[in-house]
Amino acid sequence: MSEIHTTDVAIIGAGPIGLFSVFQCGMLKMSCHVIDALPATGGQCTALYPEKPLFDIPAAPNINAVDLIERLEQQIEPFKPTIHLNQQVCELVKVGDLWQLITSTGLKIQARAVIIAAGAGAFGPNKPPLENIEQFEGSSVHYMVQKRENFRDQRIVIAGGGDSAVDWALSLADVAAEVYVIHRRDRFRAIPESVAQMKALAEQGKIELVIPYQLASLEGEGDQLNTVVVKTLDGEERRIEADHLLSFFGLASKLGPINDWGLDILNGVIKVEPTTCATNVEGIFAVGDIADYPHKLKLILSGFSEAAQAAHAAYLIVNPGQALNFEHSTTSGVPAL
Amino acid sequence: MTTLTFIKPDGERVEVQATNGATVMEVAKENDMPMLAACGGSLACATCHVIVDEAWYEKSGEIVEAEEDLLDTAHGLTNTSRLCCQMKVSDEVDGMVMTLPPMG
Repeated sequence: MSEIHTTDVAIIGAGPIGLFSVFQCGMLKMSCHVIDALPATGGQCTALYPEKPLFDIPAAPNINAVDLIERLEQQIEPFKPTIHLNQQVCELVKVGDLWQLITSTGLKIQARAVIIAAGAGAFGPNKPPLENIEQFEGSSVHYMVQKRENFRDQRIVIAGGGDSAVDWALSLADVAAEVYVIHRRDRFRAIPESVAQMKALAEQGKIELVIPYQLASLEGEGDQLNTVVVKTLDGEERRIEADHLLSFFGLASKLGPINDWGLDILNGVIKVEPTTCATNVEGIFAVGDIADYPHKLKLILSGFSEAAQAAHAAYLIVNPGQALNFEHSTTSGVPAL
Repeated sequence: MTTLTFIKPDGERVEVQATNGATVMEVAKENDMPMLAACGGSLACATCHVIVDEAWYEKSGEIVEAEEDLLDTAHGLTNTSRLCCQMKVSDEVDGMVMTLPPMG
């Protein structure tokens, strides 16, 4: 049996608001474990816009998203949070007085309170909504390439118009039997030199650009794909015989299992009581983009405040019967945990 | 006020009143339409994809390259697909009809 971690507060999501929740809990001497689906902390800041400057963070007139995350990590360092990356929380159930979280890697965490700071949900590949795609996943439909050699002498369809699609088309042109690139328009969002190389390979007949087409359906037996059906926007159909589909449409976030925890959710956000960020389930709080109340502003700024509200409300659940002395950090300093 | 009509994925037509100057995404969210609009209108995702009725497409406004780039990551595109955070409500679009694709 895997060991069970115990902590005061489990925080779901390691974006800016999840990280700042660690700070707010820490100032109230509550320990935290943080779980995130991505391989790095920072959530959307790291995954979607690391180099974009933010102008509305108080006292930081112009800060890159990735630098904001680095500073938040410095700020929470004294509280020694345990951060579990690359895994999604799949289950959240009450075990006695505690909430038990089980992640996609089988990790178990028990906590007195839970703060959900999951943004728009867990990031994963942005999958094309094809009816039977899951049947082929892992064998002949892929969202990333682990070993180029696996595609030697295979017929490959690459779908997408970004860097991943272009880079893998270039790389696999040498080893694969056939490479088709499906894209809805002539323009690719990739380094111009790479696009030029790809177009040159297409002229030499080493790859085929199937433009302007979109994925329409997949055919095959068991987990083995044999045909990728594509269509133009006007409905003209083409069938491509293929052994593998590489689907590169970037990342998408999904609430996934959070939908199943009995929370009051509408259109991807959780209703909370704005003064405490308490959800309809006692002991579970929601902060940041995923928390909703009238006139909510989806700003990092608001999320920071919500983290403070949630931490103070969670204190009463983590430390039942104990007085909560409100203190400014100028008085308390940064307490040791 | 300007009138907009959303057709939900289940086929239900919802007519709403909108204030000129708002984005269509803001109007959709205010009226609890089934739409994620995850990035909140900052052109960082494609989760406010709508299919504009052909008769209205010309009036839906210019598409900037950044919107086209994000439409590349949407699924079930049509010739009249737009990200509705990039469409402004005005007298020009009074009566516009849009279909919402299923939420991913």
